[in-house]
Amino acid sequence: MAVTSESKAATRSLWYDPKFRAIFYQILLLVCVLGLAAYFVSNTVQNLQERGIASGFGFLTTPAGFDVGISPFIKYDPTKATHGTVLLVGIQNTLVVSILGCILATIIGFVVGVMRLSNNWLVAKMAYCYIEALRNIPLLLQLIFWWHVCINILPQVHDTYNFADAVLLNNRGLFLPAPIPEEGFGVIWAAIVVAIVATVFMVRWAHKRQDQTGQHFPSFWAALGLLIGLPLIALLLAGVPLHLEYAAKTRFSLSGGLIIPPEFLALLLGLVLYTGTFIAEIVRSGIQAVSHGQTEAARALGVKPSVTMRLIIIPQALRVIVPPLTSQYLNLTKNSSLSLAIGGSEIVAVFMGTSLNQAGQALEIIAITMLFYLTVSLAISMFMNWYNNRIALTER
Amino acid sequence: MNFKSILVATAAAGFMTAAGVANAGILDDVKKKGFIQCGVNTGLAGFSAPNDKGKWEGFDVDFCRAMAAAVFGDADKVKYTPLTSKERFTALQSGEIDVLARNATWTFTRDVKLGLEFIGSNYVDGQGFMVRKSLGVKSAKELDGAAVCIQTGTTTELNLADYFRANKMKFKSVVFERADEIRAGYDAGRCDVYTTDRSGLAAQRSLLSKPDEHMVLPEVVSKEPLGPLVRHGDSQWGDVARWTLFALIVSEELGLTSANVDQMKSSNNPEVLRFLGVEGKMGEQLGVGAQWAYNIVKQVGNYGESYERHVGINTPLKLERGLNQLWSKGGLLYAPPFR
Repeated sequence: MAVTSESKAATRSLWYDPKFRAIFYQILLLVCVLGLAAYFVSNTVQNLQERGIASGFGFLTTPAGFDVGISPFIKYDPTKATHGTVLLVGIQNTLVVSILGCILATIIGFVVGVMRLSNNWLVAKMAYCYIEALRNIPLLLQLIFWWHVCINILPQVHDTYNFADAVLLNNRGLFLPAPIPEEGFGVIWAAIVVAIVATVFMVRWAHKRQDQTGQHFPSFWAALGLLIGLPLIALLLAGVPLHLEYAAKTRFSLSGGLIIPPEFLALLLGLVLYTGTFIAEIVRSGIQAVSHGQTEAARALGVKPSVTMRLIIIPQALRVIVPPLTSQYLNLTKNSSLSLAIGGSEIVAVFMGTSLNQAGQALEIIAITMLFYLTVSLAISMFMNWYNNRIALTER
Repeated sequence: MNFKSILVATAAAGFMTAAGVANAGILDDVKKKGFIQCGVNTGLAGFSAPNDKGKWEGFDVDFCRAMAAAVFGDADKVKYTPLTSKERFTALQSGEIDVLARNATWTFTRDVKLGLEFIGSNYVDGQGFMVRKSLGVKSAKELDGAAVCIQTGTTTELNLADYFRANKMKFKSVVFERADEIRAGYDAGRCDVYTTDRSGLAAQRSLLSKPDEHMVLPEVVSKEPLGPLVRHGDSQWGDVARWTLFALIVSEELGLTSANVDQMKSSNNPEVLRFLGVEGKMGEQLGVGAQWAYNIVKQVGNYGESYERHVGINTPLKLERGLNQLWSKGGLLYAPPFR
């Protein structure tokens, strides 16, 4: 009996071997998925051909022939630009608003998060109201609201708010003086680089000294002095090789200087205020996650409250804060695509919007746009994971 | 075993759904489902906009209704898909809609490269500029440096760049996706100029908070033959659409109106009799009922009736017939004979 069952098992063992079956099913699944994907691709290609729809990436070098709203760094000339240029401008605008948005949202989030824990009733309740109101309204609605605020509440061109002729505000945008570098401006760049390098060394030296002697060095203020002071001295020594370009009145509006259009303002405002609420909650929960014993121990040792917060609570809270903070940064970046609804100039609006319509190459353009968002999101994740590892608890 | 069968079933279902996209004739498909899916503007007064009862109305909507009258003998058998200028061609390419009547300009690229087919032009237009009277601008040549509100993905966007370049002027474009956003922006003074087809300007001006404070500049900077489109490659459906448009024009030429069409069935004019399906087999040849043209005129009216009802001089748009007058009266409307 035992013998027969063993020989039977030997012949059928391959099929009943769990390892083999697991691999077999995985391969089967893979083949099915790949087959399905191949089928969809070939079906799409065939359909496009049958309907006589052109395909390929050649459109990137054909002239675009339309204007984009803003382009802070890349020079955009509607008479020469191609759809490739439009793509670059879209990427640039998305990155600008995302980076600015992440920085500002973090600042707001930290401030409001700490306010929420304040012992002052009014401060805590104000933070609470802000968070609960803004995070429970859909972002798209908020963006449209801010856009309408910008164009309807800000004054018309002829009643522009004028702050000393330098900062002008109307419903065409915020006009700031633009610094235009002259010859010899390279010295200032050099001074900035030197200041950064010096700061890094100074901070390292201060740490080392504190480890060895226990003496504290005010490295924050020293770094601030270096980073601002050194370029400022270089600027003065070089005889201020730069002038400011102010916005000037033209027949219809204002031109020149640095123009931040209301669409951009509304987008930035909406994204920052919305994401700020989530970051505030993350910060609050992070701080509350640090055991109260830490604060009590610090007090028992006579550490000042401000130092307790900065050197004992926050570094421990950061370990809880950073992972969810990463997803807020990702959200903010992806949400910038909503600028489409308020006439923004981000990649989804100009490239996936206007270029798609003018060139008609829907599949290619959407694929490029998705690839861009994927790349940016993965880059943010990588950076934040690196930062998370750096601040993680080092066990000795 | 159970797992295996689920896997097989899933894969099979996946393949079958994917293979289900077959191309039968659109006319047959439309007849089978019982209505025409028509792509229209999300809201352009006079051309296509829902009325206070939520029913779509307008000059472009009338074209969809005329097609439904031709195919089903009932102008109400239409379902509308409101589309932005950006979505419109993709919706047609993908088969989401059967016909697009959404004041789209007939251009080479759109006809040739996008796999679409313009079946004619139901409104001959040209791009114009609207400004506030208080600006004191008398000509488009004075617009150097102006901020221009414009709809994304339109030919006007390209014409604008061309016009300013040709006249060595600069402009700042403020781009929106929907006409109502542009109107809100222009009304609030976000931009100095609103540019689109002149019919569109008339429509938008009628909806501004103070229409009398705005004027359309005299320059017409482009040719904009607006017309309905179908997908390329189905000539039968294309013929139905094309001859629906011609039927609207010819009925005006023959003096047929929704009021007199019943009496005209006993007319002496053989072309009228052929047209109304009293004699000959035109409807059958087209693949629709013999009464198709009669139904169009009876339920929708002729071209002129539709024009005067929605965009004409007695509507808020106050558009003269202009080029959209019959060829015999000095306009551009011309249709091949029904023979």
